[in-house]
Amino acid sequence: MRISADQGRCLGAGQCVLSAPDRFDQSELGLVEVLDPEVPEGDEKRFRDILDLCPSQALSLEA
Amino acid sequence: MTLLPEYPQARGCPFQPASGYADYAPVSKVRLYNGREVWAVTGHAEARQVLLDPATYSSDRVHPHYPALAPRFESARKVRNFIGMDPPEHTVQRRMLLSSFTVKKTNALRPRIQTLVDGLIDEIEAKGPVADLVPDFALPVPSIVICELLGVPYTDHAFFEHQSRRVVTGSTTLEDSADAFAQLKAYLDDLIQRKRREPGDGLLDTLIAEQVETGALTRAELVDIALLLLVAGHETTASAIALGVVTLLEHPGQLAALRSDPRLLPTAVEELLRYMAIADGIARFATVDADLAGHRVRAGDGIVIVIATANRDGEAFPSPAAFAVDRGARHHVSFGHGVHQCIGQNLARAEMEIALGTLFRRLPGLRLARDLADLPIKEAGGVQGVWELPVTW
Ligand code: HEM
Ligand code: HEM
Ligand code: SF4
Repeated sequence: MRISADQGRCLGAGQCVLSAPDRFDQSELGLVEVLDPEVPEGDEKRFRDILDLCPSQALSLEA
Repeated sequence: MTLLPEYPQARGCPFQPASGYADYAPVSKVRLYNGREVWAVTGHAEARQVLLDPATYSSDRVHPHYPALAPRFESARKVRNFIGMDPPEHTVQRRMLLSSFTVKKTNALRPRIQTLVDGLIDEIEAKGPVADLVPDFALPVPSIVICELLGVPYTDHAFFEHQSRRVVTGSTTLEDSADAFAQLKAYLDDLIQRKRREPGDGLLDTLIAEQVETGALTRAELVDIALLLLVAGHETTASAIALGVVTLLEHPGQLAALRSDPRLLPTAVEELLRYMAIADGIARFATVDADLAGHRVRAGDGIVIVIATANRDGEAFPSPAAFAVDRGARHHVSFGHGVHQCIGQNLARAEMEIALGTLFRRLPGLRLARDLADLPIKEAGGVQGVWELPVTW
């Protein structure tokens, strides 16, 4: 699975950066940037929980 | 016809959500001060459902269908900024500010916040016990931080703290809140005029240069945005710091756990946010007919999200009534959810972490100097908390 981010939906709450600073960052404009999209096998639940915290539903998991 | 429960209801004590809605979860009808009937959303999943769907549940505060939860909300209809707008209008304004509120930017403010907090504790120690932590600590921390961030002179703090209180207090009358809004607007308009002549280096200066001078925002629009940031930025966080002190003191086992492992500070702050639900009550109205937890919501119906109750929904939080500094749950709705989720949340977290962490480290004997039951608590329907917090150490 891979993380996909939609900057068009992001409203910069930073929940993703707080949850996994090694995976997410915010651009100069304050919008989400995925540093590393790979979700290791077995880690799907953790990432689903992180994605669920995003208030603007800007993040998703793709096969 | 049976009488509907009223909204808001006073908390029995500042930590206990008002109990009158529990039997009606997750969605029920309640009656506002002006007799209007609206839907109270007390379930966590249902609260998120509403907050995630701004097309169905509007934040447009100017619209007559937007429910006034208290008289002061009628005056707020005249202030127009992104907290009271729907996308796409909301998105345009919010994005003008995002770069100043990233996790990186707020973390960069931490050393400054630490210096400020240490300075205030030095003064408290020098004066000696008893100290009232509301004016001496909880209020100046966020107030100074938001002033520096915006570029508002802190020397004017007594004025805008007083006016902000009149805006966010549950019991404020219509006339009082209208007057407070007018005074704050006049103050900010004058400040912005001065800044156009003599620019400084705050967020307001950046917005003047990038948005007002380019025609993207009018001066009046910037005044309304500045008003939101100034008010939202200090009274909420001040309440969270003061009530946070009380909550920790009242849970000595949890405070001891936090003291023995300061790495728990971020989760402790998160749990305080969930447990205290400082900004209790977010309003929306339905723009179309919709189905909500089996109820038929009609276009035009008002909605209020009861945050304190949603934060204690057993489906979302195991043992919801327990205060546990290591709970590690960030899905509470104390900052809202959806596109309006608090833009200042990471600033608020940083301020709470540094203020509470430093206070309990430097004053290990800290305790209340008055009985808990005698602390004056804030009225229903506004920012929740205590008006005074006398402590000794
Ligand atoms: C513990 C402290 C705080 C709490 C509990 C809190 C709570 C909230 C809540 C519940 C909302 C959502 C309102 C809605 O959905 O209608 C919100 C929005 C907002 N907050 Fe906070 N807040 C806090 C601190 C701050 C700080 C420090 C700032 C400013 C620097 C701030 C600025 C804002 C702004 C501008 C919005 C509107 C966002 C939008 O509509 O997109 N808040 N806050
Ligand atoms: C004067 C009227 C008050 C009444 C009748 C009252 C009632 C209660 C009750 C019944 C509980 C226990 C709730 C439970 O069993 O879950 C409680 C807990 C608590 N109250 Fe109050 N309270 C009052 C005032 C205050 C004030 C003024 C404060 C502080 C500012 C306060 C702070 C607390 C705290 C910290 C707890 C502990 C919460 C917990 O352990 O879960 N109370 N109160
Ligand atoms: S949590 Fe969502 S809204 Fe917030 S920064 Fe990340 S992607 Fe953007």
